[in-house]
Amino acid sequence: MKVRALAAVALLMVAACGSSPAPSSNTQKQPPTANMAPQTSIGAGEGALNLIDWGGYVQAQWQTPFEQTTGCKINYKDAGSSDEMVSLMQNGGGGQWDMVSASGDADLRLIYNGSVKPMNPDLIPDWKNFQEQFKSPPFNTINGIHYGISLQWGPNTLIFNTKKFVNPPTSWGAIYDPQYSGLITIPDNAIQIADAALYLSKKDPSLKITDPYELTKPQFDATVALLKQQRPLIKLYWPDISHFETAFSSGDVAIGAGWPIMTTDLKAASQPVNETIPQEGATGWADTWMLATKAPHPNCAYLWTKWVSTPQVQAEQALGYGETPVNTQACAVMESLKPGSCAAFHANAPGSYFTSMKFWKTPISTCDDGSNNCIPYEQWQAAWTTIKG
Amino acid sequence: MTVDVARRPRPKAGGAVFLASLFWRWPGLRTAVLLVPPLAWFVVVYLASLVLLLVTAFWTIDPFTTELVQSWNLDNFLQILQEPTYLRIIGRTVLMAALVTVTDAAIAFPFAYFMARVASRRTQTLLFAAVLLPLWASYLARVYSWILILNHGGVLNWGLTSVGLPAANLAYTDVAVWIVFCYIWLPFMIIPTYSALERVPDSLLEAASDLGARGWRVMRDVVLPLALPGIVAGSIFTFSLTLGDYITPVLIGGGTSFIGNVVYSNIGIANNVPFAAALAMVPIVIMAAYLLIARRLGAFEAL
Repeated sequence: MKVRALAAVALLMVAACGSSPAPSSNTQKQPPTANMAPQTSIGAGEGALNLIDWGGYVQAQWQTPFEQTTGCKINYKDAGSSDEMVSLMQNGGGGQWDMVSASGDADLRLIYNGSVKPMNPDLIPDWKNFQEQFKSPPFNTINGIHYGISLQWGPNTLIFNTKKFVNPPTSWGAIYDPQYSGLITIPDNAIQIADAALYLSKKDPSLKITDPYELTKPQFDATVALLKQQRPLIKLYWPDISHFETAFSSGDVAIGAGWPIMTTDLKAASQPVNETIPQEGATGWADTWMLATKAPHPNCAYLWTKWVSTPQVQAEQALGYGETPVNTQACAVMESLKPGSCAAFHANAPGSYFTSMKFWKTPISTCDDGSNNCIPYEQWQAAWTTIKG
Repeated sequence: MTVDVARRPRPKAGGAVFLASLFWRWPGLRTAVLLVPPLAWFVVVYLASLVLLLVTAFWTIDPFTTELVQSWNLDNFLQILQEPTYLRIIGRTVLMAALVTVTDAAIAFPFAYFMARVASRRTQTLLFAAVLLPLWASYLARVYSWILILNHGGVLNWGLTSVGLPAANLAYTDVAVWIVFCYIWLPFMIIPTYSALERVPDSLLEAASDLGARGWRVMRDVVLPLALPGIVAGSIFTFSLTLGDYITPVLIGGGTSFIGNVVYSNIGIANNVPFAAALAMVPIVIMAAYLLIARRLGAFEAL
């Protein structure tokens, strides 16, 4: 009887609470850690460094010399997704984690929930050699305050089978074209909505899409509608690099959105493959080393950031991972390690190339004009589930 | 009723002896000591985690920071019930589980019948090994091997085209997912069906024949009803395993979502554990209903 009474009370409580209000966010206000002044010099290393990274961002090739010269012993955890990074870094890294190599779609969330704190780029000598676009990019710098130091980036390219596409496709329209039904693959990731929005911004100017990460309700609905139309044409929503490469090698897919590393791998396997950045431009990801608010080893963290920003490590990581360094001086090192790689990864591209690139950033409800009309990331994710059905 | 105390060896001093005599005096105590560890394990590991799941399902997360908000509400359940996509995913998952179960039952019955009633002892052992052997290999290896079979340039298409048939594009489709599910869960259907068929007494079959029933009639009216609890027991495995699996759809499918995939993406990618918990309640409810029906059909007598 007592149990039943308790259950009844619990049910009543649940019913009484009803729906919870949706929390609001606002870019105009300063992030919670904005007033934490970054250190102005790097002291002696604390002997340890705890990192959350993308698999492959800590390699013996540059980890061992770092540990030998600084005495900072690295412990790292490979994260599976941006959201995992956000959840691991909660509460300022919990006093456990020092840094996270976050991507643009997670950066604003980390900054605004106070997980990371400002960093001082003056302590990173190579920072002045960075591509101009990566010194203070909007995804990690707010009101002139740097919440991290850019690391590497890469475009999301249109990859195609050169036997099926003798004339290279010039538009993202190819992956929405019923003519190629059953041969198309795109990433299984809600941020892919931005790719569709980018395509629509050129195809349907009446929608007035200027930033594919800041979509108003009508713009968002039109984009989702396009992706739902595309759904029956899709052979594979690829979950990881190996899936894409297997499906492409076997001939199950012939065109799709992917990353330069896939083209490199497939070419190395003698597959008839090439990639292009279509006329509409492309989205891209860019990663940033960010410093946890409660980082227990800040000096080692700065020493690490300094180290991975050097041309040598930038080039090694770029070639190891198939991405592009932000340090312009890494190009020469890349050429010496693997001739032709600098151009292949667009490491020497002109500034106009970067303006055609729309880098991942967390969609939030506040638009650039300060209004609250934009669709936040949680709704992107919910929509992604409905698109895939 | 006199107990001859004198013949009993005198107890030596010591903890073990003390315990032994304690247990002898109160047999209930011995039972309790034996049962408490497994029972505690069951309560803590099984029930507690289920209760935690249930509780979490009534919370939400702050979508921007992905931090858990411990305010009681029914939002997650309402979202599942009101969004047609989730209902479609649940429907698709149940349909897939049902299809896999029916297919496996259809394949397993003749196989198990042969194993239990026709095959010699030696063949029986060999068939048993053949059924169980795949279970020794890694799940991932077995599923991955199907990619090599089903994909565009795979073994299946090679075979089809070499005999002049058109190639089948099965890779990354729901049909491929169905085939692989049927393959990996088949042993779980064969074993209980076999054990039910093995227990059908020969005398009943002879009696049926004596009364003039022919082969099909015997099968329909005698063997099948007696084997049904075994098939239902097997279906519990195939149905629940399909209902909860998310790896096969990821590896073999083209991105079509099943309940497991949505649960996984909400935990692993979106970090929305409360919603995942709410969605994970769906298979639990479905299985509870299924088990109730299965009990009526006598499945638990065949386990």
